[in-house]
Amino acid sequence: MSAPLIDFDEVIANFDPVLGLEVHVELGTASKMFCGCATEFGADPNTQVCPTCLGLPGSLPVVNGTAVESAIRIGLALNCSIASWCRFARKNYFYPDMPKNFQTSQYDEPICYEGYLDVDVETDEGTRTFRVEIERAHMEEDTGKSLHVGGSTGRIHGADFSLVDYNRAGIPLIEIVTKPVEGAGKYAPEVAKAYVGALRELLRGLGVSDVKMEQGSLRCDVNLSLRASADAPLGTRTETKNVNSLRSVERAIRYEMQRQAALLTDGTAIIQETRHWHEDTGVTTSGRVKSDAEDYRYFPEPDLVPVAPSAEWIEQLRAQLPEPPAERSKRLREEWGISEKEMQSVINAGALDLVLATIAEGADPAASRKWWLGELARRANDEGVELESLAITAKQVADLEGLVQSGRLNDKLARQVIDGVLAGEGEPAAVADSRGLQIVSDDSALLEAIKAAIEADPDAAQKIRDGKVAAAGALVGSVMKATKGQADAARVRELVLQELGQ
Amino acid sequence: MSAISRDDVAHLASLARIELTEQELNDYAGQLDVILTAVASISEVAADDIPPTTHAVPVVNVFRDDVVTPSLDRDSVLDHAPAAEDGRFRVPRILDEE
Repeated sequence: MSAPLIDFDEVIANFDPVLGLEVHVELGTASKMFCGCATEFGADPNTQVCPTCLGLPGSLPVVNGTAVESAIRIGLALNCSIASWCRFARKNYFYPDMPKNFQTSQYDEPICYEGYLDVDVETDEGTRTFRVEIERAHMEEDTGKSLHVGGSTGRIHGADFSLVDYNRAGIPLIEIVTKPVEGAGKYAPEVAKAYVGALRELLRGLGVSDVKMEQGSLRCDVNLSLRASADAPLGTRTETKNVNSLRSVERAIRYEMQRQAALLTDGTAIIQETRHWHEDTGVTTSGRVKSDAEDYRYFPEPDLVPVAPSAEWIEQLRAQLPEPPAERSKRLREEWGISEKEMQSVINAGALDLVLATIAEGADPAASRKWWLGELARRANDEGVELESLAITAKQVADLEGLVQSGRLNDKLARQVIDGVLAGEGEPAAVADSRGLQIVSDDSALLEAIKAAIEADPDAAQKIRDGKVAAAGALVGSVMKATKGQADAARVRELVLQELGQ
Repeated sequence: MSAISRDDVAHLASLARIELTEQELNDYAGQLDVILTAVASISEVAADDIPPTTHAVPVVNVFRDDVVTPSLDRDSVLDHAPAAEDGRFRVPRILDEE
């Protein structure tokens, strides 16, 4: 069921959007937050569980020091203050994804608070930097995974029963919460996407998480409200969950803006609720209405002692932070000689590390960017996956470019080689061999095709003889067609002109 | 004024999934009120310069190394569950159809 929407331009003409983003990051620690169970993704269900993460009586949690260190490093990278003393808290709720009946989290004493992240967005007036202010980043643990069985939709509503796997329960999680983002106007969807993209680069650069949105190690909840104007009080917000790709962040916000505006225009109040984003249909649907059932009765966790990072420890971690993404991107931009806008498209596509890895494997920067942002981005988009999930490695892309540089393949044939690599047919050179892809470089074979083309189009041939070399395009085109794209177009052109005395 | 009302107790009972009778609600509201009032007297003597006690032992930063330790055997874990299926805990319907 889809809700009535109004045109995006009309939304902007009549309303001012306010955003809030909550990002959950699963840390890449070897063991869980409060116990020594492994954190491997995709393990058999319930094989990474112990008395602590199952909430069995008598078990006691002990904090993973590396997770605390990662939390501090994330906070520092986000320009946050680091608490000199803070505690964990119990967030109490009954839901089978948490066997303890509470989640160990932090409440009013987050380890990191008050920071910011600057993000660049393309606007009609050129690149504009938006400062997204960070309210807090706190430590907590992930929940188990439920599989809902039966019912009409396969979703939680109306399912006959659910099957729960607690491998994920207790994996360290950092929740990063922004302050309300105001003033983005019509760029609100882009600002949100750029923020999540920049955050992902920052976390990847820190090496604290594998930040794979489709595997859920980076998850985003989007809060959105509309108000009549920038000086009006904040409107009622909705919180949209299940936004699991950068593209979805943008789409979900755009959709919610259009949906809420339609309701408000119609005089209907917005209900404060959790909504669910559907990637396939591009809509949000109502989840549960926020009610007093979400009275979590937080209290300080009695089984854990406070975390009090010393100033020395914090400064030591600060000194070891990697080059900040903004500075790195500026440096690379200068090295590669590209514009801010071009760099932004690399980052937004989640391609920066892939491009760098491809360069490290020997391809030049321009070619690396061309493959990842062009053909491969298109494939990823078609398959609805992130670039890094495509079944092709940076080394394979570099090898492919090598085959183009050596003159064995042209871009058209290279795309067919990509088909083969993605289909699991092997390395680029092997795919080119097995599919018989090779530029026809034998001049005599080309000349035969050229003669045929001249015979078929005597008018064009005559024009060229008369000195209108631009007419060669038609003949080159028919030769390329005759050779099924396996010829080097530049060589064909040379031979055509030579053949016709030019 | 009492520190906790009968309605507060009813609300907490529903959050905690505890079924209480009318009589119990009245009894507990009265008893909890006595306890809360007694505890509140502590904050009367605690000056602003006394930090709240968090733990019986005044230590901070108890961390373990990020090292994997063996998990439990799955079969023995699931043997203790009321119901299991496909290596997972089977739980009753969570939310009704809306």
